[in-house]
Amino acid sequence: MKLCVGEAMNLTRILLIEDEQHIRRFVRMALEAEGFSLFEAATLKQGLIETATRQPDFVIVDLGLPDGDGKALIRQVRSWSEVPILVLSARDREEEKVAALNAGADDYLSKPFGVPELLARVRAHLRRRQASHGQTEAQLCFGDVVVDIAAHTVTRADIPVHLTPIEYRLLLTLGKLRGRVVTHDKLLFEVWGSHYQDRAHYLRIYMGHLRQKLERSPAQPEFLLTELGVGYRLL
Amino acid sequence: MLNKRSDPDRLLAEIKEEASAAKRGKLKIFFGACAGVGKTCAMLRAAQQALSEGLDVLVGVVETHGRSETAELLATLPQLPLLSVTYRAHQVSEFDLDAALQRAPQLILIDELAHSNVSGCRHAKRWQDVELLLARGIDVYGTLNVQHLDSLNEVVGRITGVRVWETVPDRFFEQASEINLVDLPPDDLLQRLKEGKVYLPEQAAQAAQNFFRKGNLIALRELALRRTADRVDGQMRAYRAERAIKHVWPAHERLIVCIGPGLFGAQWVRSAARLASELKADWLCVYVETPALQRLAKTERQRILDYLRLAESLGAETATLGGHDAIATLLAYARSRNANKLLVGRPQALPWYLAWRPRFVDALTRQASDIDIYVIGLAVHAEPQRPAARLPRIPWQHYAWATLACACTALLATPLLHVFDLSNVVMLFLLTVMGVAIRGGRGPGAWAAACSVSLFDFFFVPPRFSFSVADAQYLFTFALMLAVALIIGQLAAQLRFGATIAHLRAHRAQELAALSKELSAALSAEQVVDTAHRHLSGVFRSQVAILLPDQHEKIQIAASSAESSKVDTAVAQWVYDQQQVAGLGTQTLSAAAAHYLPLKAPMRTRGVLVLAPPAMQLIEEPEEKRLLDTFAAQIALALERVHYVAVAQDVLVSMEGERLRNALLAAVSHDLRTPLTVLIGLSSTLLERDPPLAIRQELARSIQQEAQQMSELLSNLLDMARLQVGGIHLKKDWQSLEEIIGSACAQMTQVLGGHLLRVTVPADLPLCECDPILLQRVLVNLLDNAVKFTPPGSHIKLSARSQQTSMLIVVEDDGPGLPLESMPKLFEKFTRGESESNKPGVGLGLALCKAIVEAHAGTISAENCASGGARFSVSLPLGLAPELDTRL
Repeated sequence: MKLCVGEAMNLTRILLIEDEQHIRRFVRMALEAEGFSLFEAATLKQGLIETATRQPDFVIVDLGLPDGDGKALIRQVRSWSEVPILVLSARDREEEKVAALNAGADDYLSKPFGVPELLARVRAHLRRRQASHGQTEAQLCFGDVVVDIAAHTVTRADIPVHLTPIEYRLLLTLGKLRGRVVTHDKLLFEVWGSHYQDRAHYLRIYMGHLRQKLERSPAQPEFLLTELGVGYRLL
Repeated sequence: MLNKRSDPDRLLAEIKEEASAAKRGKLKIFFGACAGVGKTCAMLRAAQQALSEGLDVLVGVVETHGRSETAELLATLPQLPLLSVTYRAHQVSEFDLDAALQRAPQLILIDELAHSNVSGCRHAKRWQDVELLLARGIDVYGTLNVQHLDSLNEVVGRITGVRVWETVPDRFFEQASEINLVDLPPDDLLQRLKEGKVYLPEQAAQAAQNFFRKGNLIALRELALRRTADRVDGQMRAYRAERAIKHVWPAHERLIVCIGPGLFGAQWVRSAARLASELKADWLCVYVETPALQRLAKTERQRILDYLRLAESLGAETATLGGHDAIATLLAYARSRNANKLLVGRPQALPWYLAWRPRFVDALTRQASDIDIYVIGLAVHAEPQRPAARLPRIPWQHYAWATLACACTALLATPLLHVFDLSNVVMLFLLTVMGVAIRGGRGPGAWAAACSVSLFDFFFVPPRFSFSVADAQYLFTFALMLAVALIIGQLAAQLRFGATIAHLRAHRAQELAALSKELSAALSAEQVVDTAHRHLSGVFRSQVAILLPDQHEKIQIAASSAESSKVDTAVAQWVYDQQQVAGLGTQTLSAAAAHYLPLKAPMRTRGVLVLAPPAMQLIEEPEEKRLLDTFAAQIALALERVHYVAVAQDVLVSMEGERLRNALLAAVSHDLRTPLTVLIGLSSTLLERDPPLAIRQELARSIQQEAQQMSELLSNLLDMARLQVGGIHLKKDWQSLEEIIGSACAQMTQVLGGHLLRVTVPADLPLCECDPILLQRVLVNLLDNAVKFTPPGSHIKLSARSQQTSMLIVVEDDGPGLPLESMPKLFEKFTRGESESNKPGVGLGLALCKAIVEAHAGTISAENCASGGARFSVSLPLGLAPELDTRL
């Protein structure tokens, strides 16, 4: 899967929209060293133009841009493109993250963040995208768990696991958006329907059941991750 | 200098008056002696003048009475269409107050201020409409005749022999900013009358005979002139007060008029109003209700209420006092209110059989040595005598029972006559009379006495079965028997009545005590409302609603209450703003379905009490009214107390916040500068010395660690600041502790280094209501602490379990444990385990933990384990988690 530096035509293009020059510099250094091709934009307006003209494979957006809110950009981009979007935000308030995710972002990183963390996220999203291209989702695998979607069965280390219909729907919803942070609202809507938006505790209980059944150590999960105050993510 | 100063209170009142006058519209009254002097024309001309000056003038209502002169003038001015109201199947045109308020002109013309609106309009009287217009800042021109002035109404009635019933209170007249006296000599008026300029010709002759007599007109003119002069005099006095010309102001006068159920109460009240206004005194109108007066007939009670209401509308404060001794009660009240003048009516001549009783005025004079007593003369033209039913009506059944009881006694006594003497039979009859009186009251008692005597005579006294008497001595027996029976009956009835009253009073006292007891325990406005609601609806057998204002002084109706449909928010708002009663049983908006009472507390009005009684009487009886007032006062006080408790708490919170901010600044400047110094030092070494690779990497790692610590510190600081700024605002929800612990551990993975973390969470741990981000902060801080103060390789144990009523989270390590001397101050802000330690952090971590846990109504504690090492325990209350919908 590792991309060669030499294949100039096929270089993965990443667009970074960030007004802080120092952050742009170290992100560029880190990503270029990994063999990505990086484009920069310092304002929301410029960012929109770059997104349209460069057709990037991945977009990193800062929420607090000098000429507007990053969420507005995400909404606009989402109207024509499915490109993965990672949000950078100094605001660690949960509502901000939820709003950005609801606007169409795939993931978020709170500032301050480390380079290894950023690289891991970028790689994960690109891999997921590659994998989903041209491949029908017949199976969902993580760790030693295999979900056979066609046959409606779940096994863990080849031993069948019984899931209730709700648990199964919940797992599939997370699987469909694998790697992305799925907000509470979205999960409740997808699994229970539109009248359950205020019952986030349902989610907690059923996620608990899933972790009990599918994780090695439910209190320190490896795959069914909790994004506290925001939602869940299947790694 | 000193003696040039006016009384500060008075000055303050003047300033207030000016301020409210600036906001209020100005009222100009065109005042005349009687109809036809040209008030309306004068008003219209003045309005034309104002119109030509560019003012937005509007004619609200003007009656032309078919006079061509008036109609011509009226045609030149913009008019407001009249409101057509159906009243008893007639179409009546009334002034359209709502349209006027909506149109909001600068100046509005309102003819005949004393006019009474037909029922169904917003106010009972037109002058009340004008009050509202003025309050909205609209100037008003109005017309008024002298006979419509409340305090002069009686006098005019006496002079002319014609009483008018439409009156305007004097205070309304007094508050007019300008009085324009429209004067016409009587001869000219009579001339106009003859020419048909005043009334329509066919009415003129009749009117002239009754009212427009020259003598009348002269007297009325004099009254009007004098009243205007009085006002000018008053203005002059006010001017002197403003300029502080007078050196000594007399002590404030306060007079009390005492009314009774008699027919002349209205006259007494008006006299008192006149006297009070002449003396510039405050005045009160009181009614002393003695047990005897509680038996009054409904019409008489109604009359007393009317008098009190009249007094209120004339500017008096009214009170209904209760007591056995009217004089003692009255005097005690007068002294408590520091009143130095007492007005009582001349007593009517007592009937001959009560001539032995001391007269009220005489007794009062004897007892009140320190108070001036004024006796008001009787009016020449008394109001038509209304039949007074003094005894409460007793159903005829009681009389039937009384008769039956006597008959039975006679029947019973007949066989006994052979055994007993006649005198014992008399006793038997007396017993019957007493029984009847106790059961049925005094009327049936008296009837039973009469029956008993007749039956005794007819059946028992020889010759038997005849009313004739053999021995004349029996006549004396009859008289005695009748007298004794009557007295016994009277006493028994009184006993019964007294018992009933006492029972009623005791019941109310109990209710009141119960209410105050419960109210004093209430901690929130909701509790007060709830308690009051429960008690009031029981005592008054009514639908009750208590409305509280929101932050913008707008009355809110709780949607949940079943009574909300009956409540009119507009009325409630008016009551709240004006601090006056309204609705059913009052003068304002009396057509409303409920009675509205402002909840007046010492500092301000706290809300509105709405009562929808099943019967009018329940709120009109003075006794009930007094009780309701007491209840309202109690509720208002409780609401005020609750309000100030909340204020005090807010102050406490903000003081604590302030203290923290100061300490924070000092600590932060130190603890942030240290790592910054390190960062700058390390990076400049990297930059300038260009050390070998191994050292370069080590320096970079140090920079990273230092920055990470600073980031952590900043998170704590921000959380603490957020907690303090917004008071503490938790985003609580039913959370899974497992998830929170998982997130905290995930966040700690980089920091753990060589430490070994073991997590124990039972699978069936119930949900816990908390703010997840803040609780995660607590766990991260506790884990971070354990990492900081134990050597690498130590074990850290994090476990959670539920107990009966709480959730327990424990973080343990096997490090050196907590230093004993620092234990008590561990959770205080900005303390650290070791002073001058090289370990980073402001020591804010544990303080933040404590703040967060306590905001969750939990506890946090620290101790050393038996095996050494520190143990931190967090206990959170375990509420009842919401049920899951099992269908899903």
